[in-house]
Amino acid sequence: MHLGTKARKNVSLAATYIILAAVMVIIIYPLLWTIGASFNPGNSLISTSIIPSNPTLAHYKELFAGKESLQYGQWYLNSLKISVFTMIGSVISVSFTAYAFSRFKFRGRKNGLTLFLLLQMIPQFSALVALFVLAQMLGLMNNHWLLILLYIGGQIPMNTYLMKGYMDSIPMDLDESAKIDGASNTRIFWQIIMPLSRPMLAVVAMNGFTGPLGDFVLSSTILRTPESYTLPIGLYNLVNDVMGASYTTFAAGAILISIPIGVTFLMLQKQFVNGLTAGGTKG
Amino acid sequence: MLFRKEINEKWVNAMQHRKIATLLSIIPGLGQFYNKQFIKGMIYFVLTLSFFVAFSDLLDMGLWGLFTLGTEVPRDNSIFLLAEGIIAVIVTFFGLAIYYMNFRDAYKNGKLRDENKPLSSLKEQYHNLISQGYPYLISGPSLFILIFAVIFPILFSFALAFTNYDLYHSPPAKLVDWVGFDTFKNIFTVDIWRSTFFDVLGWTVVWTLIASTLQVSIGIFLAVLVNQKDLRFKKLIRTVLILPWAVPGFVTILIFAGLFNDTFGAINNEILAMFGISPIPWMTDATWSRVALLLMQGWLGFPYIFIVTTGVLQSIPSDLYEAAIIDGASAFKKFRHITLPLILVAMAPIIITQYTFNFNNFNIIYLFNDGGPAVPGTTAGGTDILVSWIYKLTMQSSQYSLAAALTILLSIFVISIALWQFRRTNSFKEE
Repeated sequence: MHLGTKARKNVSLAATYIILAAVMVIIIYPLLWTIGASFNPGNSLISTSIIPSNPTLAHYKELFAGKESLQYGQWYLNSLKISVFTMIGSVISVSFTAYAFSRFKFRGRKNGLTLFLLLQMIPQFSALVALFVLAQMLGLMNNHWLLILLYIGGQIPMNTYLMKGYMDSIPMDLDESAKIDGASNTRIFWQIIMPLSRPMLAVVAMNGFTGPLGDFVLSSTILRTPESYTLPIGLYNLVNDVMGASYTTFAAGAILISIPIGVTFLMLQKQFVNGLTAGGTKG
Repeated sequence: MLFRKEINEKWVNAMQHRKIATLLSIIPGLGQFYNKQFIKGMIYFVLTLSFFVAFSDLLDMGLWGLFTLGTEVPRDNSIFLLAEGIIAVIVTFFGLAIYYMNFRDAYKNGKLRDENKPLSSLKEQYHNLISQGYPYLISGPSLFILIFAVIFPILFSFALAFTNYDLYHSPPAKLVDWVGFDTFKNIFTVDIWRSTFFDVLGWTVVWTLIASTLQVSIGIFLAVLVNQKDLRFKKLIRTVLILPWAVPGFVTILIFAGLFNDTFGAINNEILAMFGISPIPWMTDATWSRVALLLMQGWLGFPYIFIVTTGVLQSIPSDLYEAAIIDGASAFKKFRHITLPLILVAMAPIIITQYTFNFNNFNIIYLFNDGGPAVPGTTAGGTDILVSWIYKLTMQSSQYSLAAALTILLSIFVISIALWQFRRTNSFKEE
């Protein structure tokens, strides 16, 4: 009897290992394939194999060869700049707004929250024509700062909601005792609320950083010259220009962006998870 | 002094302070003057004056433009006029808000006088302003960005839905006109539009339901699997499983576009060939494209759910399971009756956002094969969902008003479902 359960346990454990191994292969295969492709000589993928017989760095060199239509270094810097500033801007504006909504009773508070809830459901880029006209009217086509402002605006509703929920879980007693000690609102914000909100700040920062990296629509509407492109537009064009013809170059470009971001992500993973679980379970 | 007060009091019986103050406030500041709050009155007066000085051109031009959308070509550009008109409406809204505050203030202080209560001194007023204004002050910049980057564009798009703005009515050569609900009517009455609309909507719903359910189930299943006590290498396994989340999404979608390519992709050439299956037209056959998209979204979307579920699982107290084991419950029964309900309750909001996310999941559809394959006779491809169709209508075939009308329909659809869901899960009740 005892042996029976043990045997059954072993069988089910073995099945688990087999399933997990299969899943891991499915996850790793496309990534390895891309790494392989980036070292494969030639442009065509037909002859590509995961372990190239005569690996080459030619595609990596081509990215930085300074071709008019392939300014990878510039795109990389553009994307980095836009992501970093969107992240900073969203963290600042979201935390201040969330603090106001979490700690103060003021006229328009409830309407403001409802507005945020509604706005986060309407995809920002459904207003494409408007953003295009706006950029033209302001003479800000190809301008990165306009794009950063639009991204920050897009980040505010949902993240404020998450952040407000998180701040609500910080006990009010802390504020009140600080207030008795004569601390100003701003001081309470910087010295009590912000440090305690760190897990959710990590989530907001992550959303702010990855939002622009995942956006193709807004950026392609406003950025029209190759030197102003971000990585998503640049790499998309690389894949689609002559389908397949520069796929190996794309693979090299994809690797160079994925590895730093992936590593950062895995390192900071714990921070995000804390924030996400807390925010998710509290709504 | 006393005598003057008495006269005052008598007069008040006929006409109360609050009424007079409110009435005088038709000219902002006057009511405050009447309440002897001179500095506040000055502020309101100057504010109003500068409002008109600063915005009179914009208001005049903007509101005229909003009504007419221009009368003469090439002097008037309807679209720019419309944009100015909407900005004018937003400015007017704020002007009216200040105007309303002016009335309220005069009424409130007049009432205090009626009740013979002392009015707050200038110093108190200043402190009140600072403490009450604090939340507005710190959320003001965000509100401004929000109006500029989100609210104005959305209002603009909504307004476009009621115009005939398209390739043939396009500034600067032509004027745009208001057409009311014609575009909406056309969506449901013009045959080709109606059938395209319902095809796209149908696939959008199917896509949202299957893709989201798939990624949620895979995520939960794997999290439970990895969470088993006797399993080793947990850390390594978890790290590998969240890789799809760590790599930027647009990169993986483009990688998959290569992998699934009909002629040179590795899936046809290596994997299927290995099993002796003939190549599948992933990119050129609508049904297979859909299958590919669903598989990809499962791959891309499960790690997030996996991570959050793992967090929830670790917070479930183990005595719950011990009791179940004493009762002789099988592994499946434990999962069905303890684990799953707890996960679903804890994660309801996150699961719902998966559905709204996929409903608007533009990137995967567009980056994979442009929403293709193309369907002859329509502007939507075989895998287009509403958002990618709207994008194509805007960027490729310049049917701006149709795109805007669809945006409105889509927003109504998403908002009503989401509100219904939020209410059902009760996560909304706190507010």
